Amino acid sequence: MHRVKVRVVEDALDANNTIASANRADFDREGVTVLNLMSAPGAGKTTLLVKALPGLEGVRPGVLEGDVAGSLDADRLADVHIPVTQLNTDQGFGGECHLDANMVRSALPSLPLADLDLLVIENVGNLVCPAEFRVGEDARVMVSSVTEGEDKPLKYPLMFRACELVIINKIDLLEHVDFDLEKFLYHLEGVHPGVPHLLVSARTGEGLEAVRDYLVGLASRAGAPA
Amino acid sequence: MHELSVASAVLDTALRHAEDRRVLVVSLRIGHLRQVIPDSLAFYFEIVSRDTPAEGARLEQVIVPARLRCGGCEDEWDMEGTPEFRCPRCAVSEVEVIAGNELEVDSIEVEEESECIGSK
Repeated sequence: MHRVKVRVVEDALDANNTIASANRADFDREGVTVLNLMSAPGAGKTTLLVKALPGLEGVRPGVLEGDVAGSLDADRLADVHIPVTQLNTDQGFGGECHLDANMVRSALPSLPLADLDLLVIENVGNLVCPAEFRVGEDARVMVSSVTEGEDKPLKYPLMFRACELVIINKIDLLEHVDFDLEKFLYHLEGVHPGVPHLLVSARTGEGLEAVRDYLVGLASRAGAPA
Repeated sequence: MHELSVASAVLDTALRHAEDRRVLVVSLRIGHLRQVIPDSLAFYFEIVSRDTPAEGARLEQVIVPARLRCGGCEDEWDMEGTPEFRCPRCAVSEVEVIAGNELEVDSIEVEEESECIGSK
């Protein structure tokens, strides 16, 4: 027996990225734009979708709901007549804390892609792992709520740098919590210079129109057939 | 906390290149910006590699500092501590990441049957 050194020089996530590209090609073929929506647990992703998706002008939305277990979020979306497919990650080691490209691939056959223009993949609530794993999306957006504190961009720069838009949710609570919006925006700009943000309360509906405008614009991006 | 996911990805990459040979060492280059905690990664790697040809393999981790370049004054610096992508000299925030995003399996060492001298 002897030792041999093998040169690898490969990104550890290459295998995931290859599957993500295959997913993306399938979505493109069906003319579906895909949004990977990420946040900490409880930031309000599902409430935002329940309020923003119904009645989107000229866009047929659907949701792929990622959760460690259960279908509570999917049920809420089904209640407002949004096509939703549940993807549970609890087959993994104690329940995977994120969706990866392969999990999304496994869900493709159960997605009604031909009937959709926009697929929102609601990732598992987590500010770390989802940022590492592409799933075949066109855009990544995160929801950050004012109850989480203004220091979060500094603590989770990987996530805040991974997204093209930050939706700041629960602004109806601003007067009740010690959240310094100006400081948050300063940290956000320091971590991800130039990233746009929207101020929203999914609960009261404030700012939702801008989210809907963004989603309509996203759905018409290149990749979809003319 | 994402070290478990990273450990699994590293293991899969190493095993693919090992082609069924026993893996003794896995060398990684990890950028500072990936927020990987080396001890935590080693801990999870030991767990996920159990009952695989990489069980007991040593994980070598080289941390690559986050190196940034200012788009304004073209100054270069290593980012340490608080993650700030602003130029400390001219405060311009059009900074380019030159290094620090790596999450790379650089090489592996595997065990191979020695060829018997004189055999055909």
